[in-house]
Amino acid sequence: MGKVSVRFFARYAELAGCTWSQVNVETPATVADVVAAVREVFPATSAIPSRPLVALNLRQVKLDAVVNEGDDVALLPPFAGG
Amino acid sequence: MMTLTRHPLDVGELLAEVQGPERGGTCVFTGSVRNDDGVTAIEYSAYEPMASREIDEILGVARGRWPGARVALQHRLGIVPAGEASIVIAAAAPHRDEAFAACRYVIEEVKKRLPIWKKEMRADGSATWVGQPA
Repeated sequence: MGKVSVRFFARYAELAGCTWSQVNVETPATVADVVAAVREVFPATSAIPSRPLVALNLRQVKLDAVVNEGDDVALLPPFAGG
Repeated sequence: MMTLTRHPLDVGELLAEVQGPERGGTCVFTGSVRNDDGVTAIEYSAYEPMASREIDEILGVARGRWPGARVALQHRLGIVPAGEASIVIAAAAPHRDEAFAACRYVIEEVKKRLPIWKKEMRADGSATWVGQPA
């Protein structure tokens, strides 16, 4: 098992009740595994889509991207900049 | 110049950043908070390190595509009252076509790629996230 950092923003942070946490996953994992772990640890995040936008170490990635111990996974609500 | 800032945006500062005697055309895009449906302000938040990195990449592509152009942008974070600018993009180029094209490219990429979110605030005290689950 490895620890992975997870970040929440905007509405997702309100649902999770925090902006940052860590989850344990069997590494190497995929982003989808991390999202699944988050939904388990933070039941209130079930309102977050099961296939959210995600950044891994500051880069937007797909759900099959590989996650290693110590990586940083951010769950991103739909963008609304500008 | 800070690209992401909590202060009111300054078009003059952006113009100074891009204008020069080689560049005869300058285009400025300003996006401001609209007072739709009683909105009095929007609170902007961002994943700042990722947003800064995306901005660097967007401006890098613009530089490659329009080598004679200079483009600068600022996006405001925090509470922005209706009528005030949340984003300003200035693009200067030898001729107007490149200036318009570069400016348009940057605002469209910003909309698509920047991890920035907004919460609309209304006079009755209510606040709603734009495009997010209830």
